[in-house]
Amino acid sequence: MWTRAVWQGLRASAGGRRGFPSKADPQGSRRVTAELIEHLERLALVDFGSQEAVARLEKAIAFADRLRAVDTDGVEPMESVLEDRCLYLRSDNVVEGNCAEELLQNSHRVVEEYFVAPPGMCCPKWLNRLSHTKLRMQ
Amino acid sequence: MWWRLGYEDHVGPDPPRSEWNCLLRAQGGREDSRSPCSRGRGVPRPACILVSAALKQGRVTPTELCQRCLSLIKKTKFLNAYITVSEEVALKQAEESEKRYKKGHSLGDLDGIPVAVKDNFSTAGIETTCASNMLKGYVPPYNATVVQKLLDQGALLMGKTNLDEFAMGSGSTDGIFGPVKNPWSYSKQYREKRKQKSHGILAGHDPKDSTTIQDPVKPFTLPSLTDMSKLCIGIPKEYLTPELSSEVQSLWSKAANLFESEGAKVIEVSLPHTSYSIVCYHVLCTSEVASNMARFDGLEYGHRCDIDVSTEAMYAATRREGFNDVVRGRILSGNFFLLKENYENYFVKAQKVRRLIARDFVNVFNSGVDVLLTPTTLSEAVPHTEFIREDNRTRSAQDDLFTQAVNMAGLPAVSVPMALSSQGLPIGLQFIGRAFCDQQLLTVAKWFEKQVQFPVIQLQELMDDCSSIFENEKLASVSLK
Repeated sequence: MWTRAVWQGLRASAGGRRGFPSKADPQGSRRVTAELIEHLERLALVDFGSQEAVARLEKAIAFADRLRAVDTDGVEPMESVLEDRCLYLRSDNVVEGNCAEELLQNSHRVVEEYFVAPPGMCCPKWLNRLSHTKLRMQ
Repeated sequence: MWWRLGYEDHVGPDPPRSEWNCLLRAQGGREDSRSPCSRGRGVPRPACILVSAALKQGRVTPTELCQRCLSLIKKTKFLNAYITVSEEVALKQAEESEKRYKKGHSLGDLDGIPVAVKDNFSTAGIETTCASNMLKGYVPPYNATVVQKLLDQGALLMGKTNLDEFAMGSGSTDGIFGPVKNPWSYSKQYREKRKQKSHGILAGHDPKDSTTIQDPVKPFTLPSLTDMSKLCIGIPKEYLTPELSSEVQSLWSKAANLFESEGAKVIEVSLPHTSYSIVCYHVLCTSEVASNMARFDGLEYGHRCDIDVSTEAMYAATRREGFNDVVRGRILSGNFFLLKENYENYFVKAQKVRRLIARDFVNVFNSGVDVLLTPTTLSEAVPHTEFIREDNRTRSAQDDLFTQAVNMAGLPAVSVPMALSSQGLPIGLQFIGRAFCDQQLLTVAKWFEKQVQFPVIQLQELMDDCSSIFENEKLASVSLK
């Protein structure tokens, strides 16, 4: 019966080979610097919040580093499994809409038909932010 | 034991109405639930087919069914499976369904059937939270296409079910409403997440989603498999990992034997890049998350903080308050991989590895294999206390190991429960089909399902055992940040 022979063979080979990357390298090949943390927080608009979060990022990077072992010479990146098809474009006809009132109801701060946002880049405080200056220089 | 095996002789009359005390009824079988081979007198019939037939014949009304379902939901509240129960909506829908049946104008097989929808699908007029503070209180003005299709068929929407925050996780433990309890063992809190495509009336092109395929989809039935000799089942050797539990391995082996004994060709195949699949998924998934979650800024919908100094400060605080650690962690990881200096080495590299993974599957299917048979998870569900010892990312990497590859390769897959473990917890196996060959895949899966006769959970006994224990229990894990 195929299964007995194959299972024995599979078990033998699995024992000698690590089929699953179960233990991530805790150090990681890149340290996450304070500068990088600030940079990521700025881009993501999300705080790390704690040293644990930084450690988790380091583990995530170490995990991702395993991809280096794969030989991808001459391989094109795959953006979608549907790459051989054309994206669907519907005809330019208006079939729905006129629901401004419904949509405005979901917002916390609204004035007439506007969503209200706090001041943006025009605010003078923003012009002196170091991290933003650094970003512009990169 | 909370499950009872017997079987129903489906050539006889259906049971009287008094036995419809829960949707999931006991079904027939042999004493030993772990034996996958069935030589019984009858075959089990899925509950919803029986219910649909009963509705059509007028032996039960949609309202009655709806009320019993609502009652069951109330009695099993300790499972924490629901975030929102839409009682009024469901009863109204039931009333309309009843009118349709009386006139003989039912909308189809799903008319009057109670369904629940995971809380990350938009439901018009019904709160949709994604188990996150970011969307707590958010009431969408539209239905997700999948939801609309269910409602168009007359299904009754019972409510929205619990999940990990934004479905980021593998155990339904990390949402703001607390973990979901596993009904198979109230002390084991782990619910498996499936990433398979839905089918039947839910398939096809969505004009509101330009990435859906335009090929026409005709509803199909699943024939019985009579001639197994033309079927080729592939067993990918790389899925036999050292971490795979012996119980799962044993069931996988039994399943392969079953197919072979019935005449199918069962061969070992290779998917060489399997061990990199989960890493690839991790990079691509977090990168997409970094982009997708950018929509949550507090301006147009969802949570908004009180800070008004600047847009950036407002966005940052809103997102800090709205997202949990898991979501924030994925956003930050994704942003890391998308940095200019990392883009080639991580994101584009992962895209290249994705092509290799997709190619692996193509090669296997081109060699004559019809369907692949693999485990779904490494082991049975682990106890909550053990599950939370590792962080969400580690658990997801372990638990999604076998099921995420098909997402990257764009293939249909289905998980079928096979047997209960020695602890009484379900163990299932995964079938992976060729692209767009859903009918063949489901036909094979249906045949397998009939063979293994997986026991149906006895919810009535579960409720009797557990409800008194949990009556006064406060779910300590529910913490609203």
